[in-house]
Amino acid sequence: MSVRLEVWGDYALFSRPEFKTERVTYDVMTPSAARGLLEAIFWHPGLRWRIDRIHVLNPIRFDTVRRNEVDSVIRMSKIRTMAEGKGDGGVIYTSESIQQRSSTILRDVRYVIDAHFTMDPRKTSPDDSADKFQSMFMRRAGKGQYFHHPYFGTREFPAEFRLWESDDDPVGFEHGHRDLGYMFYDFDYRNPARPKPLFFRAALDDGVLDVASAEVRS
Amino acid sequence: MTDRTPIENRYDFTILFDVENGNPNGDPDSGNMPRIDIETGNGLVTDVCVKRKIRDYVQTAMGEETPWRIYIQNRRTLNRLDSEALENAHIDARPEDKDFAKEIKALKKDDPELDRRLRDYMCANFFDIRTFGAVMTTFVKGSLACGQVRGPVQLGFARSIDPVSVQEISITRVAVTTEADAVEKNNTMGNKYIIPYGLYRMNGYVSAKLAQNVTGFSDEDLDMLWRAILNMFEFDRSAARGNMAVRKLYVFKHSSALGDAPSWKLFDSIDVRKRDGVDVARSFGDYAVTVGRDAIPDSVDVCEMVDHEL
Repeated sequence: MSVRLEVWGDYALFSRPEFKTERVTYDVMTPSAARGLLEAIFWHPGLRWRIDRIHVLNPIRFDTVRRNEVDSVIRMSKIRTMAEGKGDGGVIYTSESIQQRSSTILRDVRYVIDAHFTMDPRKTSPDDSADKFQSMFMRRAGKGQYFHHPYFGTREFPAEFRLWESDDDPVGFEHGHRDLGYMFYDFDYRNPARPKPLFFRAALDDGVLDVASAEVRS
Repeated sequence: MTDRTPIENRYDFTILFDVENGNPNGDPDSGNMPRIDIETGNGLVTDVCVKRKIRDYVQTAMGEETPWRIYIQNRRTLNRLDSEALENAHIDARPEDKDFAKEIKALKKDDPELDRRLRDYMCANFFDIRTFGAVMTTFVKGSLACGQVRGPVQLGFARSIDPVSVQEISITRVAVTTEADAVEKNNTMGNKYIIPYGLYRMNGYVSAKLAQNVTGFSDEDLDMLWRAILNMFEFDRSAARGNMAVRKLYVFKHSSALGDAPSWKLFDSIDVRKRDGVDVARSFGDYAVTVGRDAIPDSVDVCEMVDHEL
């Protein structure tokens, strides 16, 4: 069962793990971001999205934005104390926890995602079938429905979407081969306490990132 | 906190706000000049800038009243300092206790739902966590979720309808800061940047599913959100901002939690452009806003909010 979804937006930020403080985006969408995008539209515990190809329709262009961010996370211990009626729960004051961080982001992105899903029979009920999931996804994507609004890497960069309607294959933005180096594939969640990152050697051929045939390594 | 039920409809919304002789959002990368898309010349305002103003409005309007408290705060209020001083006097170092971590661990063993309960507690008490979500990484040691609470309300960047021009204004002051300066000169010069006029558009989304499954964001919260958006600049006056105002807030209410139409189709139905004959826009009146109902399904309710009640 495969699906083909067109997605686009003004900006995107697929952070490279090696640049996380001052975020720098990958040149193209990662398979993990594409999976998250599909999951935003339709997901079920017994369904796993697999990304096959990502067609890059727009030229790769960058932009930078520097924002004031906070450097703190919410502390469980402080919340417990507050729940007992003491303290303020470690409220974060932006003037004290301020950090200016720059992000190198993509602009004017448009992709077509080819994906299929596999099913985990242990987590599906007898009523569930691949056909059912497929038609649920197609119905939602066709009507513009979603669980939460999909986004390109981070939530401030919303992704608009529609089913790819043309009978023709999408055409990438360039001809030729472009090596993208090692790229993040996704997390291996088999040990949920310690998800393991997986990488693959990415390349664009005529503007298409072929994930299906890529060798994935941890 | 008893009969608050999560929202049942998905919403998309568009905010139109403008700035007159001010700097809506400075860019730390360019000496606090207004943010500009260099390729097009359009002005930008980040999502976090507007979220800050929404938080500030709710804090100003509701204070410390549960469930409207704000977790990520802009400033220390005097009251807060007082109460903190009192707390310090009582010497209450429990979270720093050596046994505290152990205690938590033991508690978590007894109560695997502790993470969830604490998360729900935070969502129930704090408007901003219920609305925008929060990162609570320390919730997760050894447990499943990644400690992120995704809130139902999502904002994109705001962008001006037309390219904006940025003017640098030189100003002088007659007072001098240090004695040394006072000997050498009798006044100093500074500068600020203004945009003579800019009309910005920001799109946003409210996911009913995240409200229902995670944070419990309710209809009451939604009303507060609209109120905060309509009034977000009314309490944010400063020398830098000039005159800023929310001019229009369009809310698309879908008939279901998943929605009836793609967001982009709804957003495309709102057309904002300079009126014929206007060369350089200098006021909201120079723009015409039209809503085309053609592409909007009948089941989507379009509402233009104008209620400016503070």
